[in-house]
Amino acid sequence: MGKAWLLAATVVLAVASLFSGVTPLTPADVLKGLSDVQVRVLVLSRIPRLMSILLAGMSMSVCGLIMQRLAQNRFVSPTTAGTLDATRLGILVSMLFFGAAPPLVRMLVAFSFAWLATWAFMRMLERIKLRDPVFIPLAGMMYGSIIGSAATYVAVQYDLVQNVSSWLLGDFSLMMRGRYELLYAVVPALVLAYLYANQFTIAGMGEDVATNLGLSYRAVVNLGLGIVAATTAVVVVTVGTLPFLGLLVPNLVSILWGDNLRRHLPVTVLLGAVVTLACDLLGRWLIFPYEIPINVTLGVLGSVMFLFLIVRRTAYAG
Amino acid sequence: MVEAHAIVKRYGPKTVLDQVSVAVQPGQLTSFIGPNGAGKSTLLSIMTRLVPADSGEVRLDGRPLSRYDSRELARRISVLRQFNHVPMRLTVRELVSFGRFPYSQGRLTKADEAAVERALAAMELEDIQHKLLDQLSGGQRQRAFIAMVIAQETDYVFLDEPLNNVDMKHAVQVMKLLRRLVEEEGRSVVVVMHDVNLAAYYSDRVVALKEGCVAFDGPARDVMEPATLKDVFDIEVAVGEVHSCRVCVYFAEAAQLLANGRAAQDVVVPGLR
Repeated sequence: MGKAWLLAATVVLAVASLFSGVTPLTPADVLKGLSDVQVRVLVLSRIPRLMSILLAGMSMSVCGLIMQRLAQNRFVSPTTAGTLDATRLGILVSMLFFGAAPPLVRMLVAFSFAWLATWAFMRMLERIKLRDPVFIPLAGMMYGSIIGSAATYVAVQYDLVQNVSSWLLGDFSLMMRGRYELLYAVVPALVLAYLYANQFTIAGMGEDVATNLGLSYRAVVNLGLGIVAATTAVVVVTVGTLPFLGLLVPNLVSILWGDNLRRHLPVTVLLGAVVTLACDLLGRWLIFPYEIPINVTLGVLGSVMFLFLIVRRTAYAG
Repeated sequence: MVEAHAIVKRYGPKTVLDQVSVAVQPGQLTSFIGPNGAGKSTLLSIMTRLVPADSGEVRLDGRPLSRYDSRELARRISVLRQFNHVPMRLTVRELVSFGRFPYSQGRLTKADEAAVERALAAMELEDIQHKLLDQLSGGQRQRAFIAMVIAQETDYVFLDEPLNNVDMKHAVQVMKLLRRLVEEEGRSVVVVMHDVNLAAYYSDRVVALKEGCVAFDGPARDVMEPATLKDVFDIEVAVGEVHSCRVCVYFAEAAQLLANGRAAQDVVVPGLR
């Protein structure tokens, strides 16, 4: 399986995504000429939804990849390092203190929280001498839960529990024109990730190797965390959380192709798009005309994969 | 020349290096030997800017390391610490290519490719260059990492225990290769090692550390004296000569035999050189 297959799968699924939904719309209609309603559905809803699936899926996968390199651990991802929980806490705080602030402000606050929490987690990792690969994501999930419970506590105090749990659920059904455009902010982050891919791979070999090759280890780590925090903040603010995506995709890529970040970034991006598209479509088809949010389909798939990885770990040096 | 001048390093209350001054001469193979905890690896790390010293200074050609640009330094000095367990699925060739990073920042030129080829050939890795690191044996992986720093083509190459986990055959192979780097390419190599016999035979110069101080610093052959070795390692050591090659025996009974002057001729070690 190679890039070409993945690209083909992405295109097929993207087309399927465009033509799935309650309003009847088929490829044949496009050839015959679309009605006004169909054009509006396409422009206002279907295309924004497709774009947001692609952008969010691709960028969250790359986030996971960068985090795994920097933490030198295959099980670290925004889900298992407190990044997602901190982002939610950040959103809550911005809702409380910046009231009706525009999404951009909300995003900046979320970004700061995500960055801080992930940075603190990485510093903690450096202090932990006993580095059992499985112990780290478990510690990360506990750490995330602590942050999450702080968020819940604040939410209860201010009667915002409903809002918080809605931020928890990643869901593409609300992606419409005017609500998803912020997601384009992940594009520069993806470009940066590609430009610095070699640096991330080297940093993943440890501080010694990085220093030996003339790299500033700290600078590379901080850049990586910046990319991860910014991307996560943007995605959570617009779409909601996409659990396990950053864990699932990079691990599949590593098993199938290897760990050269520069070389395998394209397949990571494509696989991220394929998995997200597939999970979203599954949620749309299973109980048609209703929808299961992608948070649920991804959560099920991702946690099964997570267990599989942990079991497999002995064979596949973690 | 890389000079460590009056280096002091403490970890908590323990002084690991106490006013150590060592100069690594260009075009030589230098070995750091000594018992565990003597400060060999710490000294190597300080001399290669991996670890900061508490006081003292390291100079490359008379200029302090801190005054070099980090990328420039990466083309002059390379270092490999423990050949660790990097859990990475890279191919051997990809790993070795990263040795060219200080030159190309990842976009390999023809010259870079040629350097990678030479390093792979030197470590006899051509046949397995497309294998992933996690498919290799410990010794092969070690050679792959050494090939990475060789590809870096620095004047000075520092290796921390490159013979760890390597069997006799590959230990000799690694030492011969390091010797070739010195003799054919005029590079300077510094190794931390435990095997005194290999150190004395293949090095030009030996620096022995004990409890954070230099206990011996001189031509490799001269370290092979019972009194010197006893002083450094704190056990009885007998030194004999086999095919005009000085070897030491440090495990008790054989040491006794050699000390009695009997066994040296009896021990046959064919084809040592």
